[in-house]
Amino acid sequence: MEYLGQYKAVYKAKSGCEDILAKAQDGGIVTSMFAYALETGIIDGAIVAGPGSEPYKPEPMIATTVEELFASRGTKYSISPNISLIKEATRSYGLDKIGIVGTPCQIQAVRKGQLYPIGLRDVPDKIALALGIFCMENFPYQGLFQMVEDHCATKIDNVTKMDIGKGKFSVYTERGVNSQIPLKVTHKYEQPGCHVCLDYVANMADISTGSVGTPDGWSTVFVRSAAGEAAFNKAVEAGWIVAESMDGVKPGLELVEKLATEKITKNQKYLEHRAHKEHAALKPLRNPYI
Amino acid sequence: MGLLDKLKGLLFGNEAVSEGKQDAKPGAKPADAKVEQKPIITKPKEEKPVADKITVGHVHMSGCTGCLVSLADNYEGLLTILDKYADLVYCLTLADVRHIPKMDVALVEGSVCINDECSMEEILETRENAAIVVALGGCACYGNTTRFCRGGQQNQPQHEGYLPIGDLIKVDVYIPACAPTPQQIRNVCLMAYLLLKGNDEQKALATAYLTPLMNLAAAGTEACGCDLMTEVINQGLCCGCGSCAAACPVRAVTMQYGKPQIERDLCIKCGACYAQCPRSFFSFDVCGQYESITNLIAEVMKP
Ligand SMILES: Cc1cc2nc3c(=O)[nH]c(=O)nc-3n(C[C@H](O)[C@H](O)[C@H](O)COP(=O)(O)OP(=O)(O)OC[C@H]3O[C@@H](n4cnc5c(N)ncnc54)[C@H](O)[C@@H]3O)c2cc1C
Ligand code: SF4
Ligand code: SF4
Ligand code: SF4
Ligand code: SF4
Repeated sequence: MEYLGQYKAVYKAKSGCEDILAKAQDGGIVTSMFAYALETGIIDGAIVAGPGSEPYKPEPMIATTVEELFASRGTKYSISPNISLIKEATRSYGLDKIGIVGTPCQIQAVRKGQLYPIGLRDVPDKIALALGIFCMENFPYQGLFQMVEDHCATKIDNVTKMDIGKGKFSVYTERGVNSQIPLKVTHKYEQPGCHVCLDYVANMADISTGSVGTPDGWSTVFVRSAAGEAAFNKAVEAGWIVAESMDGVKPGLELVEKLATEKITKNQKYLEHRAHKEHAALKPLRNPYI
Repeated sequence: MGLLDKLKGLLFGNEAVSEGKQDAKPGAKPADAKVEQKPIITKPKEEKPVADKITVGHVHMSGCTGCLVSLADNYEGLLTILDKYADLVYCLTLADVRHIPKMDVALVEGSVCINDECSMEEILETRENAAIVVALGGCACYGNTTRFCRGGQQNQPQHEGYLPIGDLIKVDVYIPACAPTPQQIRNVCLMAYLLLKGNDEQKALATAYLTPLMNLAAAGTEACGCDLMTEVINQGLCCGCGSCAAACPVRAVTMQYGKPQIERDLCIKCGACYAQCPRSFFSFDVCGQYESITNLIAEVMKP
């Protein structure tokens, strides 16, 4: 299996717009791509993880303006069921060209939905731009809350940013980095379904992006499909995105590949373990992959 | 050659496909190659034009005709299918044929009323006359709304026992949901065509595509929103994507704290949520080729 998937090009990139960068998670690639695509009619709306009723609890929303996109900037390390709006987007919102951002599993769901639109009438040909974000794991909200409030001893209302990188979960407040805990502490709070996940860099997205591989403030960007390539190149041309070669960038693709390999081989082992071959007395657990 | 390799050969031509690396020659990149690739269906079509269509029938059991309307909702796409790939040899609503003929594919809509002798005969005849039986829609697959029947309806108040067709005959392929979507029906028809009329590689693609829908047929005749709990969350597989909520036709599924919450009284047992879930079944071979398969479908559906 190719852990990084097929791609046409890979870049070190960031937004060309300071306003987007001010509150973006990394290089502001997701918000910039959608803003550019909205302005130029490549999409007529985007399904993003908007703010929810509790701090850092994401709520899927359909953004049809740049202002709404701005409200969705930044990573929320909890589950945002973005696909739940994919049919609604074509109905109440009347979108014909949908943008959607999602974790690798969500992009898999989009592609399955396009090829097997069992309950997704008229959705398949309305997906105009699917942006994937790298993802090692995700946390149910109650778990995230406990990580922040208990382990990091920080009130979640005061948090201005959360980040996972270099083996640590970091919580920022207005005063800067407030608390860091090693990921070995956070593992037990991960969503169980993440442990059977076989994709790290959203191999099925039009464009996928994440922080790993490039210096702080920049993003690593894989341009994968024809639609992704066309949109990305135009966004670069129009100045919405600044893209540079990955050659010589540290830690570079090597680290991305290392993490992808680690994640996928670990989860493949776990899937094998679930088959309970070593215990004749245990029935196997279900394996979704065929 | 593994299935994946076969698919690659099929979709990208036989040149080596570079994966995970940027290709030095832009012209040889996989996606470029596959756009120029001739659609795999045009070839048999040109060689043997109309004669080699498959025969398809629509068998109407106890259903509301919503499934058939959905098939028709492919609009000009339906005409393309009938023009190039399939002859509609039986369909009480659209074709003037009174008895179930021999056919390649039977699309069966509705469940079977076991209190009605005629229905019992027809479902048996369908199985005997069709090479592939497709349960079209929630009623045929899982009983769906007919599960809730207590009898007493006009003008046959004694009719109260309704079974999904799989409880009476062997079924090959399921298309769940109420109503099933026009695009899903179209894809199954095109894949059935490839399976029966294609070359080896086309058959491999069709088999890979249809396998999960065949597995659903083999898995049983009961469906409920509860499957999301019993088969996905309880099994430690849910990723919180929300596909189930999007798929449900009656909005019985909402997402709460990143997991589906099922309003069980609203659920009509159509099976859409579970079948849509990426953690019910997921094929990297098929979904990984979404771009080429999507392009292919668009190409062959051109009038
Ligand atoms: C759970 C999770 C785990 C991640 N793990 C990694 C990792 O291991 N390595 C890595 O390099 N990158 C990881 N990322 C991605 C990274 O944190 C950034 O989201 C990504 O680099 C995009 O940043 P940006 O500045 O381009 O986007 P921005 O312009 O800041 O926009 C972020 C976009 O992400 C969307 N979003 C935010 N939270 C979620 C969510 N929970 N679910 C779906 N969409 C969401 C928002 O809607 C917004 O559109 C992870 C992201 C998430 C959500
Ligand atoms: S680890 Fe996999 S399953 Fe979990 S949220 Fe990320 S992409 Fe989805
Ligand atoms: S599945 Fe739905 S649309 Fe089809 S026959 Fe049953 S009730 Fe009608
Ligand atoms: S919850 Fe909805 S989609 Fe699932 S079986 Fe019930 S009605 Fe169908
Ligand atoms: S569709 Fe997504 S949210 Fe629903 S049960 Fe499956 S994995 Fe969970």
